[in-house]
Amino acid sequence: MIFYGATAILLLISFYADRKKTTKALKIAWKKFSGIAPMFIVMLVLVSISLYLLPNELIRKYLGEEDLVKGMGIAMLVGSIALMPGFIVFPLCGILREQGVPYMVLSGFTTSLMMVGLITLPVEKEYFGLKTALIRNGIGLVIALIVALTTGLIFAEVAI
Amino acid sequence: MKAKFPVILIIAYAVFIVFSLVSGFQPGKDIGSNFLSFTLSMLKILPGAFILIGLFQVWVSKERVEKHLGEDSSIMSFLWVMLLAGTTVGGLYVAFPVAWALYEKGARLQVVLAYIGFAAVCRIPMIIFEASFMGIKFTLVRLLVSIPLVVISSILFSRSLKAGNWKMRSPD
Repeated sequence: MIFYGATAILLLISFYADRKKTTKALKIAWKKFSGIAPMFIVMLVLVSISLYLLPNELIRKYLGEEDLVKGMGIAMLVGSIALMPGFIVFPLCGILREQGVPYMVLSGFTTSLMMVGLITLPVEKEYFGLKTALIRNGIGLVIALIVALTTGLIFAEVAI
Repeated sequence: MKAKFPVILIIAYAVFIVFSLVSGFQPGKDIGSNFLSFTLSMLKILPGAFILIGLFQVWVSKERVEKHLGEDSSIMSFLWVMLLAGTTVGGLYVAFPVAWALYEKGARLQVVLAYIGFAAVCRIPMIIFEASFMGIKFTLVRLLVSIPLVVISSILFSRSLKAGNWKMRSPD
């Protein structure tokens, strides 16, 4: 709501300052949006299927895996594939934490969710090309792994 | 260049959803309702985000972007894009068009890549949410480790891309 309020105020100020420029801004907005819209639709199709294949209960079951290495692997795999908004992810992780899932696994899950997006790939490749997009996601996966391992060390869940 | 629309995939998907609704096939109905709810939540964000990108295009001069984020900009450029990323709404799918708008206006590649990384890990509403469910310590570890890694990886990755004469491209 704050976001739309701010956008509306900026748009009004812009309109007041320069009508022509503002019309141009809206035309640019539309052109850019319609250019990428097909890939957004593809992304939505992928999201809708992945949410069906990976419901919260299943994620809860898999991340609760006893074996730490296996748990990490699954966490990062699911995190790389899925696309979930923060207001769903963090309450879910809060519950998982109470059920005894290690911080390290949850960190690997949330960080790979944030940094790696196989589902957003159709959108990303339009700007980066497939190869660069894949490398960027690979780098994100490595960063997520380092973040998770550090979390494990700091919360004393693993030791060197 | 317009993005190529995978027409067959979309038609097959639509037929599947309609067929599921008519025949009462539960998985198809669930997938359809997932599609609807995600579309609605994205529609709440995308029009505003693209309007802001449009306003950025007409009001912010190329010189200004180049001065603060361009080839000769200082280390501060990373701080500017981190702040911008902190206020980015939605997810990575919003960050890509914003990144392109920055690149088009002359921001250097490493800063553009860092912006995408920051938009993934430093969105302020998300951080607040995370800290309240997972605790401050968890969030701090994540931020303190990921931020330097985003900066370093962006610099290295942009160097190797530039060495190969790579350029970002526009889908519009």
